[in-house]
Amino acid sequence: MSNLQVSVYRYNPETDSAPYMQEFQVDTKGRDLMVLDVLHLMKEQDSALAFRRSCREGVCGSDGMNMNGKNGLACITPLSEVIKDNKLVLRPLPGLPVIRDMVVDMGLFYKQYERIQPYLQNDTPAPAIERLQSPEDREKLDGLYECILCACCSTACPSFWWNPEKFVGPAGLLQSYRFLVDTRDTATQERLSELEDPFSVFRCRGIMNCVAVCPKGLNPTRAIGKIREMLLAEAT
Amino acid sequence: MVTNITSFGRSGLSDWLMQRVSAVIMALYTVFLVAYLLFNPGLDYYTWSGLFDQTWMRIFSLLTFISLAAHAWIGLWTVTTDYLKSTPQRVGAQMLIILAIFVYLVWSIQILWGA
Repeated sequence: MSNLQVSVYRYNPETDSAPYMQEFQVDTKGRDLMVLDVLHLMKEQDSALAFRRSCREGVCGSDGMNMNGKNGLACITPLSEVIKDNKLVLRPLPGLPVIRDMVVDMGLFYKQYERIQPYLQNDTPAPAIERLQSPEDREKLDGLYECILCACCSTACPSFWWNPEKFVGPAGLLQSYRFLVDTRDTATQERLSELEDPFSVFRCRGIMNCVAVCPKGLNPTRAIGKIREMLLAEAT
Repeated sequence: MVTNITSFGRSGLSDWLMQRVSAVIMALYTVFLVAYLLFNPGLDYYTWSGLFDQTWMRIFSLLTFISLAAHAWIGLWTVTTDYLKSTPQRVGAQMLIILAIFVYLVWSIQILWGA
């Protein structure tokens, strides 16, 4: 069977009073295409269909979307991984305002990312060469620096859905820990003091949707646990 | 930093720790009571009352009730901040919950020392 039935979320605020689902029939010619390829085939049928994409190889993080109920990157998700009964349902990332069709407003997500000051801070004089790190210290950044900020995790997180203005969210907290654990960063105290309130970190309830959906296989729940350990060590 | 004034300890870290410590205390109390009931099959009023006449049992019970009060405050505060988006509704619910917890706590002290 090469005709795939695709149901896609459509919303154009300039012409539509409410969002609706549009049905497409896509001829995959029996190939196990990536979901992004299917979106391109749909765009050939209806050029007004809007979605974000760029590198098409899981590096840029532009095409995060909800495919048959699970967030992921359309470009590296093969149909065989998601379709059920030859049907594919595509929706924008949940919890963020929709600008048009599959395109969401990532403002809140970036605001939380900005809040954790995602850059190296070091108040000691800069050496003539790079700030060196031992291989062991560098290893601590593995599983953290690989995040591409696609927002699949944060928009799969119920705590982020309920409190997106207050809870930093899994993506931001993974990056927060990336700088907390970096031996070259000297702002550890200041960073921790910004996080000990009941929302920023502690609204995480260990649901672990973030771990289940991360297209890069990262573990934000583990990073959040490590931040809690650092806070506890600091305050007791 | 997100400020807050109706959470139990005003700090996420202290609430988080308190939630875990109080859970352990309540678990120990539950295990103890279940074991006590299992090892005393023909339990009568005098044995039950005698158990609660002892100071250590009253301290253990009160510790558990205080743990329950703290645990409920932290847990229900979290629920209200997740689901009640209207400020008057949320603050109203929080005040009601805290008031009820206070009443139950005083009442439990009266029961423990009143009999």
